[in-house]
Parts: sequence; C-alpha cells; structure tokens
Amino acid sequence: MPGKTYVQTTINGEQVDFLCEPRQSLLECLRDEIGLTGTKEGCNDGNCGACTINLDGRIVTSCLVLGVEAEGATIETIEGVADGSNLHPLQLAFLENAALQCGICTPGFIVSSKALLEENPNPTEHEIRFWLANNLCRCTGYDKIVRAVQDAAKRLQEA
Amino acid sequence: MTTTDYERNMVNATKTDFNVIGTRPVRHDGTDKVTGRALYGADFDTSGLLHGKILRSPHAHAIIKSVDTSKAEALEGVKAIVTASDFPEVEEKTGEDETKLKWLRDNILASDKALYGGHAIAGVAAVNPHVAEEALNLIQVEYQVLTPVLTTQEAMADNASILHDSLTTEELGKDTGTVSNVASHFQHVKGDVVKGFSEADICIERDFNTTTVHQGYIEPHNGTAFWSADGRLHVWCSTQVAFAVRDSLSDLLDMPVSMIRVTPMEIGGGFGGKIPIYVEPVAALLSKKTGAPVKIVMSRKETFEGSGPTPGSYMKIKVGAKKDGTITAAHAWLAMEAGAYPGSPVGAAAQCVFSVYDIENALIDGYDVVVNKPKTAAYRAPGAPNAAFGAEQVLNELAEQIGMDPIDLRLKNVATEGTRRPDGPVFRTIGAKEVLEAMRDHPHYQSEKAAGHGRGIAIGFWFNIGFDSACNIAVNSDGTVNLTEGSTDIGGSRTSIAMQAAEVLGIPVEDVRPSVVDTDTVGFTAITGGSRTTFATGWAAYEAAQDVVRQCIERAASIWDVDADGLQMKDGSISSTADSELSMTFKELASQLSDTGGGIMGSASVNPGGVGGSFAGNIADVSVDEDTGKVTVERFTCVQDAGKAIHPSYVEGQMQGGSVQGIGWALNEEYFMNDQGNMSNSSLLDYRMPTALDLPMIDTVIVEVANPGHPFGVRGVGEANIVPPTPTLANAIYDATGKRMTDLPMSPGAVLAAE
Repeated sequence: MPGKTYVQTTINGEQVDFLCEPRQSLLECLRDEIGLTGTKEGCNDGNCGACTINLDGRIVTSCLVLGVEAEGATIETIEGVADGSNLHPLQLAFLENAALQCGICTPGFIVSSKALLEENPNPTEHEIRFWLANNLCRCTGYDKIVRAVQDAAKRLQEA
Repeated sequence: MTTTDYERNMVNATKTDFNVIGTRPVRHDGTDKVTGRALYGADFDTSGLLHGKILRSPHAHAIIKSVDTSKAEALEGVKAIVTASDFPEVEEKTGEDETKLKWLRDNILASDKALYGGHAIAGVAAVNPHVAEEALNLIQVEYQVLTPVLTTQEAMADNASILHDSLTTEELGKDTGTVSNVASHFQHVKGDVVKGFSEADICIERDFNTTTVHQGYIEPHNGTAFWSADGRLHVWCSTQVAFAVRDSLSDLLDMPVSMIRVTPMEIGGGFGGKIPIYVEPVAALLSKKTGAPVKIVMSRKETFEGSGPTPGSYMKIKVGAKKDGTITAAHAWLAMEAGAYPGSPVGAAAQCVFSVYDIENALIDGYDVVVNKPKTAAYRAPGAPNAAFGAEQVLNELAEQIGMDPIDLRLKNVATEGTRRPDGPVFRTIGAKEVLEAMRDHPHYQSEKAAGHGRGIAIGFWFNIGFDSACNIAVNSDGTVNLTEGSTDIGGSRTSIAMQAAEVLGIPVEDVRPSVVDTDTVGFTAITGGSRTTFATGWAAYEAAQDVVRQCIERAASIWDVDADGLQMKDGSISSTADSELSMTFKELASQLSDTGGGIMGSASVNPGGVGGSFAGNIADVSVDEDTGKVTVERFTCVQDAGKAIHPSYVEGQMQGGSVQGIGWALNEEYFMNDQGNMSNSSLLDYRMPTALDLPMIDTVIVEVANPGHPFGVRGVGEANIVPPTPTLANAIYDATGKRMTDLPMSPGAVLAAE
C-alpha cells in the first residue's frame, strides 16, 4: 500500500490536518478521513455536482481534486454554510420552497448557489439555470430549486 | 421563457375544511438535509468497517468456466472473497422454486453464466476500497463468450441465442415446454376487436420502439452488512423497502426473517430502482466470512450496468374510430425486455395502455422477453410510459384525420366511473375527465403558440397500489407525539404521513415527530413505490391517530369519572357533549398520563383496498432546430388528479420531477449498446439526463377528485406524471415539423433523420 501524505487545510474556518494516500480524492478524504459526509458522491467523475465544495474561493467537484492537492487550501463544505444554529438564507429558502425531495443533491446545489449569489446577487432565471447546469437533480425537475435561489437572492438583498 | 400572466401552480381543491391537510409546512427532516447532517447509506460507518468491491463480467453473454481467486486472496489487505458458491445450500427447494432461487441468486453473483455486461461474478472485502479494487484485477475468470441478444426482436427470432436452457414459454397461462427467450405471452380481451375494427371509419396502426433507460437516481446503490457472532445479520442500506431487503436476504441466504434486521438509511432517490437488492447479499456473505462489517458502494458505472433499468420495448398499436370520434376498437401488441431474467413490466403496461378510455372492443397482447441486459427493475409507472408513447400518438393521428381537437377526441372517449378497463377492473370515481377539462381550459392550451413552435398534448394513467403499512404513535408528556413508520422517505412522505395524524389529533404538524425506523421496530410495511406511501402509510397514521383519540377519551373519562360515550376529541381538545365544564386540551391530558395509568400509544396496521388510480396530462410547446434537430421545450404544463393533495408543494414536486424524467426519456436518454452488448455511455456525461439549463419552469395544476377509498381522498401522485411526457413531446414535434416520431429517444440526430 502506498505511503501517506500529511495535508494541512482550513475547513469551514477550522484548521484541519489529515493523512491521505496520493490516490485518494479530496471527496474521499472529506468523507472517510475527516468525517464530513455532507458532501456526497454521485458519480466520482465530475458530472453530477453532488460533491461540490468551495476550494480557495472557487466551486469545484471534490471528486476531481486529489486530497494531496488541498495542501494549504481553504475549503468550505455544506457543513460550513450555516452560521452555527442560524441557517443561511439559501437553506431556509430551500426548505420553505420545498426545493428538495430525496436531498442527496441538495448540499451540492446549496454550495453552488451560494457561490452564485456571492458573485451575482440578483441573477435572472437563465443565469441561475446556467450556473446550476453542473448540478444534477433527478427528483425536482429544478423548478423549485430555481425558485428557492430566486427567493434566497431576495432575502439576502433585504437583509 | 416564462409567462406569468396567469396563476401558476394552481390547486383546484374540492374540499378545504382541514386544519393541516392542504397546507405547506417545512418537512421534518429538512434541516438535516440542507445542512449535510442527514445520513445516507454511503455515510454509514462503524468500528472495524471493511470495504467491498464487486468483479463484473465484461461480456454480455458468456459461460463462466472457472473463477480463480487465489492471487487476489494473497494481496495484502484483502480479507475475504466470495462467489456464487458461497451461498448456503438449500435442499428442500425443487422444480420451479429451485429455478427461481437460482435466478435470484445468479443476479446477485452469477454461477454458471454471465448474462449481461456488468453481471456480478465475485465480491472482495479489504481494508479500503482501493485495495479491494486492486484485488478485482487479480481474480482470473475463464469465459466462453456467446452471442448476445439485445432487443426483443432479436430475442424472439427463430434462431436466437438462448439465455436460459431452463426457460420455457408460458402461452396464455399454459407452459408450452418450448425453450425460448419469451418467458410469457398473455392477453386481455374485451369485446370483439374484429367486429370493432370493421365498424371503424378510420384505423391508424403504427409500430413503436423505445430503448433502455435508467432511473438515474443521484445516489448509487450501497449497503453495509454485519453478520454478528450471535448469528443475526444487520444491514444498513438505501432502499425503497427495508422489509423486502430483509425478506430477499432471508430467501437468498436461507435464514429466518427474525434473524435479519434492516435499517433503512436516508435514500438518495429510487424511482423504483431501489426496490431490488444487489450489493447487500454480497456484503452479508463477506461479513460472514470475515466477522467484520462490510460496506459496498456501487460506482456510477456499476449503477448503470449492474442495477435494473427500465426496458426497451417494441410495440404495435392499432386504434379504429368512427367519424364522430367514437373509438370502436383498439389493439396493443407489446413486447418488453425483461433483461437477463423474466419479469418485465409488460403486465403493468397492459393495465395502463388504453385505460384512459372507455373502449368497447380491446385486445392487448403482452410478451415478456429475456435479453442480455441487466434484469429490469421498476421505474416510475413501469411500462406505462412506453405504451403511452405509442397509444397517445395514435390518438392524435386519429384526431387529426377526423378533424377533431385532440383533447375533445379524448373527452369523447374518456373513462369514467363504471368503465371497465380492458384488463378487467371497473373504475370507481376517477378524475380522467377532470384532468382533460383542466388541460383544455388552461391558459397554456388557450394561448396562441409562438411562431415556429409546435404544441402537443397527451394523458396517461397509473393504477397505484395499496399493500401493507404500519404506524405507531406515542404521546409525549408535553403534548407532542412521536410517530414511527416503515416507509422510507424519498420525497417528503414523513411529512405527508405526519400531516394526516396531526389532522386527526387536532394538533400542529410540528408537534408530530415522524421517524422511519428499522424492521425490528415497526410492523411490516411494503415498498415506497406504486404511489402508495401517502395513501397507505398515511392511512395507517390516520388509524393509529384514531387509536390515540380513543385512548385519550377513555383516559379523560376515567379522570373525570364519567362515561366515555359522551366525550369527544376535536381540534386538540377533549370535551363532554353533556357537561361544558368538562374540557381539557390534548396537552393537558398528555401531562397527566403518567399519573393516570401510564403512557398512550396508538398503533395500526393496514392493507387498504380502495386504491384510486391517478391520471396526468401534459401540454407542451417545443421548438425544433432545423439544422441540428435539437428539440427545446419552451413551455410545459402538467395536470394531475391527486385525489386530495396532503402537502401541495410535494405533490407539485412529484409532478415536476416525473415530467422532467419523462422529458429526458423523450429527448435524450438511452443505453448505447455496442454489438457485443456492452454499454458505451455508462457515465452521467454520456448518459445525458436533463440539467437545469435544458428546461423551462414546469407549471402544474393539481386536480382533486377525491378517492372514495381513502379517509382524506388521497390517490397517490408519484407515477402517473411520467406517463404522458414522451407522447406529448412526440405530438409537439409532429406539430412543429410534420415528422411522426416512432422511436425513442427523439434525440437531435433522430429528429433530423425522421421523415
């Protein structure tokens, strides 16, 4: 078995160090080495978006990043989106708009949508659909997800 | 793209005097699911966990001559390897039972033959998934490759390569003794189709082909098993039905159900595909060998190639009508791929194909055909979308030739209460007519379509099912209740079930805490499927809540020392009809339980008849790119009869989700099989499901024609919505281009090539 590398990161505002093999993806490290299972695996080849995280200010599919590449990185996962027990407006909007059914894609959608609203606080329907095109949802048909993001944008602007 | 000059997402409610039902509360499990806290099958962890991987056949049809695991076993970190020979011997089963058990086991781990590319051959448990995967490469399997058969036409041909030497054709209920790939041929006959067609002024007859598609749930199959030293097996997995996992394991492993406990984890989508089991028995056998818990999670490729998709099909539809639009006769000839083992959904397709209509003379032939593809599983109204793709296009052609509006033609022939379906059952109160009327009157249908756009409509039926459900409700001292039930929650059913209990108890739904529990903890509960969960488990919750009400009244009677007959519980209070002084709230009573005889626990098990089928219809506008053939859905409306929408938002969610799965099936999705029978697009890049960018908003209209067979009128809404999209879009493409699309998917190349 290959040797392990020591990796230092900041995850959701805390310093997190872990050991991983060179062949382990960051997704695997988050889930199996660190225990942050909110980030989900749907395809392991970058096509479904369930494992979307924020890595140094960019949203990436964590299955396509190696754990060893995260050395020195600042990472935000779904577990870091709420402020303690206060849900983020996106999380509230997803709940109140019934924008999830099975919920497996929801962490990826919320992490992606948060990055969208940080870059574009008032996106059009088309801009939301374009941004979220790398996140697959098989349950909702996206209608209520688009509405939830629109609702969250409104909440954030009113806040 | 979106017009908002009319009310969107309409709810045509017929009964509104409810406190909780018909409202839109936040779901109880919601916070866990938006914060990443909810634990799905692959998130399960326990001490000493080993990781399993499965070796799969690279050949679609081959004899397995030998399997040599010795090199793999020698790899450092490998803890155990299992093959089909590790299933325990079962001596008492003979004949047909023996064959059935063999097929069941062979689909988990193939013994003598690999019957599809991706067929499981062996399982490995190791210290981590990477070592397990390395070990797979060291297992040596000697195959004798055979010719695969990949479609019903190939499989039914005279000189076809045969999958099973033990499979003989059942012809109209009788075993012919003839070995073939046709497992069975059945018929439904109503009236006299020969006479009916002779009375028709116009007959339309066409052939249709559909390809294999996958449910496409985002969460791959998974399961963890721990076979304890005390002989009990505990399994944690993502499943639509924990009790069937338990019962299947009992059959496969030849052990009593009481020795197996299945804990359903949160489930990341199923749509029918997570009714069967795949990895759980392999994990169990590996756990037995190692004494450690073993987790197996499928990759996406394995999910496509090693789990059950829905069948490709070949169908001939013929419908005859008089000039006034009266349908005189209809014939459907349906052949569906079962995959590697018998059991396609052709039976269900036959129950649906003409059931929207009151047809005097109908004949339905169904053929269940084995092919070298994964054993098919259910997919949302299984079989019905295939059949509707043909039948609902033929209806539109008839309407065009007669010169009638296609909705008017359907209304002229629509099934109503008392109509006998061609497959036998007589409808009770149904909402087919109301759905068609809501479509006809909808602003979408009444609007002018944009220049260059085509418009299509279609309607579909799904019968829904009842089956067993159980529910317990325990009263807490603070006046809330804990509700435990056995239906895994795929789309908000915890809440729709809790709402029915809250309605009976007269308390806010937030005061009901629903949990989905394991097979040791609640009574037998059948699948989350067949659109039954809100109907049947909701009914169990209704009955369990009634049980709580009865006990509350008895307790109040004993506290007040009066006769229980004069007491009632309404809107969360117990009171006496005779003495207005005697009144207390449910909360007040709950706080006194411990001192007055102990806690109150209501429970119920039901197996309800009274299932009410559901109808769904679509209106769609499309544009078709003349140069590429690409179809864009510009506007889409789904109308469905919910009976009574318990939580309208989640009813709309079912309608929108089913519509979009149907849109994907119509326009993009298919298994590309090469000549050797291997799937060449087993990734979510190449198997192209709709993204947010491919779609417009999906408008909904909830029609409510109460089901007389449910206390609140519920029908169940999970499935009928996937039936109409494929013919709706085919009809819209025809309207835009004049091309009649008879094959699915209607991908850009196919639309371009069509005449």
